[in-house]
Amino acid sequence: MTRTAALLLALLASLAALPAFAGPYGLSVAILILYFAYAGQAWNVMMGFAGQLSLGHALYVGVAGYVAGGLFFHYEVPPIVGLPAAVIACTLFGLVIGFLAFRFRISGVYFALLTIAFAEFTRIGFDHLAWTGGPGGMFLKVAQRNTWDLANFRGPPAMYYYAILAMCSLAFVACFFLLRSKAGFYWQAIRENEDAAQALGINVFRWKMAAVAASSAMTSFAGVFFAFYYNNLFPEQIFNISRSIEIILAPVIGGVGTLFGPILGAVVLTGLSEGITESLAALGWEIPGVKQVFYGLVLLGVVMFLPNGIWPFLSRKFKL
Amino acid sequence: MPAELVANVVVAGVLTGLVYGLMALGLSVIFGVVRVVNFAHGEMMTVAMYAATVLFAALKLDPFLAILPAAAAFFVFGYVLQAAVVNPFITRPEHSQFMLLVAIAIILVNGLLMIFGPDAKNVQVDYQLDSIEIGKLLVDKPRAYAAGAAVLTALALFAFFRFSLIGKAIRACADNHLGALVVGLNVKHLYALTFGLGSLCVAVAGCAMVVLVDVTPPLGPYYTLLAFVIVIVGGLGSMAGALLGGVLIGVSEALAGLFIEPSAKSMFSFGLLILVLLFRPQGLLGKRA
Amino acid sequence: MDRRQFTKSAAALAAAASFPGIVAAQAQKLKVGVILPRSGYLGFIGQSCQKGADLAPGVIKELLGVDIELMNADFESNVDTARTRAERLIQEGANALVGAFDSGASTAIAQVAEQRGIPYIVNIAAAPQITEQGYKFVFRNFQTAGDIVRNGLDLIGELFQATNTVPRTAVYMHVNDTFGQAVTKGIQAVLPQRTQLPFKIVDTISYDPAAKDLTVEVSKAKSTNADFLLLVCRLNDAIALRREMVKQRWNPMGVISPGSPGMYEEQYFKSLGKYSEYSISNVPWYNPNAKLTKIVEKAFVKQNPKEKLVFHGLNAGFTFEAILIAADAFKRAKSTDPKTLADAIRQTNITDKMTLGGPIKFNPKGQVEGIGSACVQNLELVPKVVLPTAAAEAKPVFPAPYYKT
Repeated sequence: MTRTAALLLALLASLAALPAFAGPYGLSVAILILYFAYAGQAWNVMMGFAGQLSLGHALYVGVAGYVAGGLFFHYEVPPIVGLPAAVIACTLFGLVIGFLAFRFRISGVYFALLTIAFAEFTRIGFDHLAWTGGPGGMFLKVAQRNTWDLANFRGPPAMYYYAILAMCSLAFVACFFLLRSKAGFYWQAIRENEDAAQALGINVFRWKMAAVAASSAMTSFAGVFFAFYYNNLFPEQIFNISRSIEIILAPVIGGVGTLFGPILGAVVLTGLSEGITESLAALGWEIPGVKQVFYGLVLLGVVMFLPNGIWPFLSRKFKL
Repeated sequence: MPAELVANVVVAGVLTGLVYGLMALGLSVIFGVVRVVNFAHGEMMTVAMYAATVLFAALKLDPFLAILPAAAAFFVFGYVLQAAVVNPFITRPEHSQFMLLVAIAIILVNGLLMIFGPDAKNVQVDYQLDSIEIGKLLVDKPRAYAAGAAVLTALALFAFFRFSLIGKAIRACADNHLGALVVGLNVKHLYALTFGLGSLCVAVAGCAMVVLVDVTPPLGPYYTLLAFVIVIVGGLGSMAGALLGGVLIGVSEALAGLFIEPSAKSMFSFGLLILVLLFRPQGLLGKRA
Repeated sequence: MDRRQFTKSAAALAAAASFPGIVAAQAQKLKVGVILPRSGYLGFIGQSCQKGADLAPGVIKELLGVDIELMNADFESNVDTARTRAERLIQEGANALVGAFDSGASTAIAQVAEQRGIPYIVNIAAAPQITEQGYKFVFRNFQTAGDIVRNGLDLIGELFQATNTVPRTAVYMHVNDTFGQAVTKGIQAVLPQRTQLPFKIVDTISYDPAAKDLTVEVSKAKSTNADFLLLVCRLNDAIALRREMVKQRWNPMGVISPGSPGMYEEQYFKSLGKYSEYSISNVPWYNPNAKLTKIVEKAFVKQNPKEKLVFHGLNAGFTFEAILIAADAFKRAKSTDPKTLADAIRQTNITDKMTLGGPIKFNPKGQVEGIGSACVQNLELVPKVVLPTAAAEAKPVFPAPYYKT
């Protein structure tokens, strides 16, 4: 434990120092890694801890982005106020979906498909919503500045980096304590055997709802971050099923249900993606599609040979 | 709203729905027996569509004749895929299966992009733009042929599962996995056969679809999603349900497009899916697990 | 890239590795980062644009005598990748960026370019917001959605005059995506002011960009009995829609796009054959008679012996011009310093251009005004300019011969 803690502190310290020596490109890749690590961590609460497979997490990213972005766009409400509104909206969305699903005891693959259906339903809905600009997109006013303005979430790339780093660290700590709390134990019991958990007197419905609420609330932070980092939102992009898949890639590759899995997975996958692009460029292979084929092959290899993900394998190997 | 307009639209919806249904049938058969959701289903269908365009370009082979070689090739492909890659995943959790098939899907989509480039490919058969006039109805020929091929394939598959010994053995596997092992069935082989049959449906659907729709690499995910919607509505694992689901989705999208906003029509499919999942999660014709 | 190109670039790489001195000696060249979606769902347009980029260094060397080096990046139709690729190109030493076709990706790249103070020239992207953000380093040589609609509707008026026709009704169909939405808004704003146009829109039908089957949409449009179809589309849906019109035997006076891709693209002709004929698109286009067009066309055919420039005209033309703008600024600035380069771009005044309209001059927002559109009609299986008369290659045919009153 102490060894892990020491390692963790060293990691955090080096990450905090990163903007000093990484160039802007390195920083933009690091932001991407941390973004996927954070969103993966949020997804992990629902799937990894409580065993509820969501394939529609882009829904929460999108709703949060649109709520905070829309308030800013229409009424100049700063994101510091927009964020709580987004969290509330997302949690409500999550609770409604959870309520409908768990009431009827929908689980497993059916639940997963239900989450896809809700995300797609919402995507097309937003395509017909005039308030958000519909498919024309919502463009937030960009104000370039080199001073930090956290309330308006405007500043240099380093600010976004530290913001997402802070989100990741807090999410990590929160998940650490969640796993060791009453809720965490109940969730794991439900994940392992729902009927047995029920028989032990755990209110399965209530605790599954809690998992959905926690996960969707956490994901909403990622959505607000996304909205103000990119400054434009299109339903077609943000709610797309491919975005949902991107969110779950990191934790699945890293190790579902583990604290380090989502982080490790995000590092490996983003690094892999950039690495393949760079090596193909060095080779002069400019065939469109070849990069994604290599990426797919690596994914295939990892899921085939490391079924529990990379982190469990590493931690066993190095006794972390 | 003139009645003939509604009738025309409904007929087209039924015919297209049958082709969708055949595609979904493949997904349903695989899930019903192997208990794996094929998340690369639509991508596999686009591969079949490309195969049909290649056969047409090289040999002037009509896509409806290309069904035979394509179906045979896909059967083998499905068998090998199951036996070599998917089989170890049967006992693994759903997210692991999902990730495996997503990886396969990524490879298929981008492999197609590498080989065929980004432009749409199609076949140009001489009956492609013909339509038959039946009273005030105007039915387009390729759509009718495609629906016919779908129905015939589905009937053949029903007969296979009902009457042949292997078909019965596969159903036994689906009903009672342990029991099948006890009586000495080669479950691994039967699973691979099932995956092969599911892929065969995809091949037929792809060949039929290519006379209706041009094929591009990114088409796959769209059809995967559509196949899910259909099988959930009809009932995962139910063969008749898949066809019914296809028709239902085809018709409801047509009517939604007609009476409400066409750009929102797939919202109704997803709405229907959500309703079915909530009130009859096993699907319209599915059995409760 | 095919095998031949691959061997060529592999050989170039090997040469560069073995003679580092040569590379160093040529340092006084402009490095242009070209970011396009060559894979993913925008793949086919990205690859079409790339053709215009690939021929740029040769043509520009001949034209201006300056050396430019392209640094190509594929953003995979994904905004995250667009952003990191932009950062990467700048780190690798790009002096200017060009791209990205898609409005979402273009806004993402614009933010990076502005942050890093590197000039970014948008080749194609119509969302007006891109040049409304007060950026100092972002330039666009393409019409905004509003301009496209204004020019497109005016050309419809000219078309009716030139053919002596007075259609009274139109059914308006549009794809419900970013571009379709922007154009629709433009039409709603502009059409009421264009009182000289004789027609009114009897029904508006929007359809899902993902829809593969447009039976219902066409049935609905047909039942309006409108004189002509006003269509804002993309490529694949345009093909599906035209096919469905034939199947349902709907023959209005014509199909006219007030400004969208789709009907002038090669695939439209390949897939539809004779049914591609007479479709009309009013779009930003190149002047087939311009001197620069002839030069570009020669280079294009040399690089793509099996293809015709006309099928990549808009994509390749505007991508080429974006790189030309950078090269022209570089020549005048005699420096690759981004700030100097951006100042030089602001002073741009290119009169010898390929696309239609006035000279390339940027307004204070970094937008070129007065880019012209052409009325392009599919005749004898190629898109031909029929209006404005000065650039015309053929006379417009309207109503289409298949129309029966």
